[in-house]
Amino acid sequence: MSDLNKLTLAEARDALRKGDTTSVELTESCLAAIDAADALNAFVHKTPDIALERAAAADTRIKSGDAPSMCGLPIGIKDLFCTKGVPSQAASRILEGFKPEYESTVSQKLADAGAVMLGKLNMDEFAMGSSNETSVYGNAVNPWRRGNDDAPLTPGGSSGGSAAAVAADLCLAATGTDTGGSIRQPAAFTGTVGIKPTYGRCSRWGIVAFASSLDQAGPMTKSVRDAAIMLEAMMGHDPKDSTSAELAVPDFEAMLTGDIRGKKIGIPREYHMEGMPAEIDALWAEGRKMLADAGAEIVDISLPHTKYALPAYYVIAPAEASSNLARYDGVRYGHRATLAQGDGITEMYEKTRAEGFGHEVQRRVMVGTYVLSAGFYDAYYNRARRVRTLIKRDFETVFAQGVDAILTPATPSAAFGLGEMTDADPVQMYLNDVFTVTVNLAGLPGISVPAGVDAQGLPLGLQLIGRPWEEGDLLNTAYALETAAGFVAKPGNWW
Amino acid sequence: MLDLTYETPKIKTIAGAKHDWELVIGMEVHAQVSSNAKLFSGASTRFGAEPNSNVAFVDAAMPGMLPVINEYCVEQAVRTGLGLKAEINLVSAFDRKNYFYPDLPQGYQISQLYHPIVGEGEVLVELGDGTARKVRIERIHMEQDAGKSIHDMDPNMSFVDLNRTGVCLMEIVSRPDIRGPEEAAAYIAKLRQIMRYLGTCDGNMQNGNLRADVNVSICLPGAYEKYMETQDFSHLGTRCEIKNMNSMRFIQQAIEVEARRQIAIVEGGGEVEQETRLYDPDKGETRSMRSKEEAHDYRYFPDPDLMPLEIEQAWVDDIAKALPELPDEKKARFISDFGLSDYDASVLTADVESAGYFEAVAEGRDGKLAANWVINELFGRLKKEDHDITESPVSPAQLGGIIELITKGDISGKIAKDLFEIVYTEGGEPSEIVEKRGMKQVTDTGAIETAVDEVIAANPAQVEKAKANPKLAGWFVGQVMKATGGKANPKAVNQIVAAKLGL
Repeated sequence: MSDLNKLTLAEARDALRKGDTTSVELTESCLAAIDAADALNAFVHKTPDIALERAAAADTRIKSGDAPSMCGLPIGIKDLFCTKGVPSQAASRILEGFKPEYESTVSQKLADAGAVMLGKLNMDEFAMGSSNETSVYGNAVNPWRRGNDDAPLTPGGSSGGSAAAVAADLCLAATGTDTGGSIRQPAAFTGTVGIKPTYGRCSRWGIVAFASSLDQAGPMTKSVRDAAIMLEAMMGHDPKDSTSAELAVPDFEAMLTGDIRGKKIGIPREYHMEGMPAEIDALWAEGRKMLADAGAEIVDISLPHTKYALPAYYVIAPAEASSNLARYDGVRYGHRATLAQGDGITEMYEKTRAEGFGHEVQRRVMVGTYVLSAGFYDAYYNRARRVRTLIKRDFETVFAQGVDAILTPATPSAAFGLGEMTDADPVQMYLNDVFTVTVNLAGLPGISVPAGVDAQGLPLGLQLIGRPWEEGDLLNTAYALETAAGFVAKPGNWW
Repeated sequence: MLDLTYETPKIKTIAGAKHDWELVIGMEVHAQVSSNAKLFSGASTRFGAEPNSNVAFVDAAMPGMLPVINEYCVEQAVRTGLGLKAEINLVSAFDRKNYFYPDLPQGYQISQLYHPIVGEGEVLVELGDGTARKVRIERIHMEQDAGKSIHDMDPNMSFVDLNRTGVCLMEIVSRPDIRGPEEAAAYIAKLRQIMRYLGTCDGNMQNGNLRADVNVSICLPGAYEKYMETQDFSHLGTRCEIKNMNSMRFIQQAIEVEARRQIAIVEGGGEVEQETRLYDPDKGETRSMRSKEEAHDYRYFPDPDLMPLEIEQAWVDDIAKALPELPDEKKARFISDFGLSDYDASVLTADVESAGYFEAVAEGRDGKLAANWVINELFGRLKKEDHDITESPVSPAQLGGIIELITKGDISGKIAKDLFEIVYTEGGEPSEIVEKRGMKQVTDTGAIETAVDEVIAANPAQVEKAKANPKLAGWFVGQVMKATGGKANPKAVNQIVAAKLGL
């Protein structure tokens, strides 16, 4: 077989089981693709030795008929996941040289399911960003380009490396994490599928924390079926994470019937944003039609507190981050600034953190510190929490009215050019999250499905938001949408 | 249970140059919870281990590590709350207290600011003079201890030991109901006693397992009563907090010194500034640690890594059912069942072991006599050798045996003391020793009569004097006792001497 790296998880799995190929061959094919794709800057730590060793072990298991769900399938791991003995830096200078003595629950579960880790993927520093430009490794590059324009585009963020790697067939799938849209926005920018499960589905243990009450891991894949396979392997109760849900993990792939007749799909009127590109609006309308044609009932719904979501998110997430990132102080691990004669502990903190954190991280730590400070706590943090409750209630209300899923655009635009936002107000960048943050604030599952291309040939995604804990149903609706959209475009290999 | 009732103690005042001043004291006591593992990790809490050997990844705040609550620590906090007759909150929550310090790896301490596990309670603090103060408990919350910074091992470097990082502390916050240095010490002693009874904190102040922050303010007589009526703090003076005290003696000194400092400021026309201070026992003064302006902004907020802590009433009820008898109840029972004085009952209930020992001795015997022997003879002897009750070479059964011999009239009190010494140093069964060594007292009146007759016959002059002055009969008793080697029953000797002398 040729171009093994271009297979989906499901295709590769079936080929392995049939004996058409081996995990070592698959892995070698991916490793070659990775080596040829340095221009994309997607992989920041390559682990070929670990990959080939695990691939060989997987082949033995497959031969013996003892192959778990992802046995032998090569994947990439976002740098936010701690991987034992392998650099895990959250794309930050402050974690320079950090190699954990432990493996995150999610990457361990994937390894237990037989998946083969190819290496660590680029991302925005501490998952803070929407363009992958805040990474200490430099930005990852989107394999997609506009028409005949060579201008490099962002793969989105923060899981930009994951999205670029999957879209460019450097790996069959990758892990991502999503705090405000960090899986769904890059998926939309790269024509891939990304799902953030219900908060509590994937253990956060061993994932570098950004905003604990919002962070969730999820898969980034080439198809909805792949998302179902991989999500099932990633989730499950973990006693090491107190916020992990004690719920059984269903067989998601078996739920992909494509039959959504009678399902009620809500279209929230508040997601029509002022100045939204006509193409996005048109895609949304198309999506509505596709789902209606598949037999779903389309209803207009209202989520009245939507407009407060973005400001609430940009209070809560930085507040938690300012505290979560306090541990990076240069005392125990990672970067420590060289001190001048006479410098004390305060200078050590100040210099270490000034050198170790990039500007966006510093900005959010400062915002977070400010909103939690005495005298401002109620006006910002507590008010944001109240807004969060109202947003959650908006969703509960429509679900109680029988809505099964909500259809929205995934992003307000297609992928933008790298450097395009450099001089813009940071809020312009934050607006990328406008359709996705509500889902994190409410703790709901959300999935981005590639549904079309814009006039310049760039992929566009639609988002489906599901009921809590009902990822299986959500995946099935996404599967119906994917089938109807028939998105097959691939970026040309220019790298 | 019988209630212990006491008078309210008189308020101690300190004389200033212009007025007499009263003290108002509130305390935050940090008690290390007795548990094998830390509050949010499985690392050991053992004291004295090699530096940094009891450290889990989460204690060292490694990236991505998460806290998981230790249920036993929760149980201990609930037990302590029940022991202080406090309200147990079935829903509580953890908050982060943010500040930077090298021995605080997370950069925040996980604590319970907004929703503590234990609410209002009350402690009866006896002052030993027949008075007692009721001190209201505002709350008890659980929190993580910090590690230890060591600055004196190297001229250029500081070291950090994380063994203590994350160990569970209970912070017991009182209302400002303590009115003097002695009351403050008695309050801590009472808390310690209760927690030792409960087994929730070993109370070892030297190891830092019990420490206190002491809030001190002064006010003019009458002001405190207004505060109590209204609970309005504006009636009271501005308080200063003396941090991290781990000695009863220093706590008393620090309160006195701080009160005098505040009096001098106020009488000199100044204003006390609210601040955190440290006590320097060498110089006998308190020093400003940080002013209100420099106070940390801890940016408390709910810890998003932990769900609210919800416990069941049935679980609390089970803990309540299994509570041991507490000092107040035990003391009241000792007073009523054994007829002990308040003082003796206090001494005997000071710790569970002493109380248990006493009860084993007193069971089925004369309680008052048992109390005397335990307190005066046994405690005295143990103290001489710096032993505590658990190290006593005399078992309750042995001491009980001695007391039985006394009650039966087999031995006199004086012989009993000799017997006690033998049992203490050599061991053995008291009745056997008495038998073998012929220590039994002579109750045979015939033998005593003979001895009395001999003494009377040998001392005719004394007989005449005694007849004139009956008080001199004691001299004959003494002579008879001497002649019988102390074994004659003194009561019988007294009677026979009186009869023979015709008194």
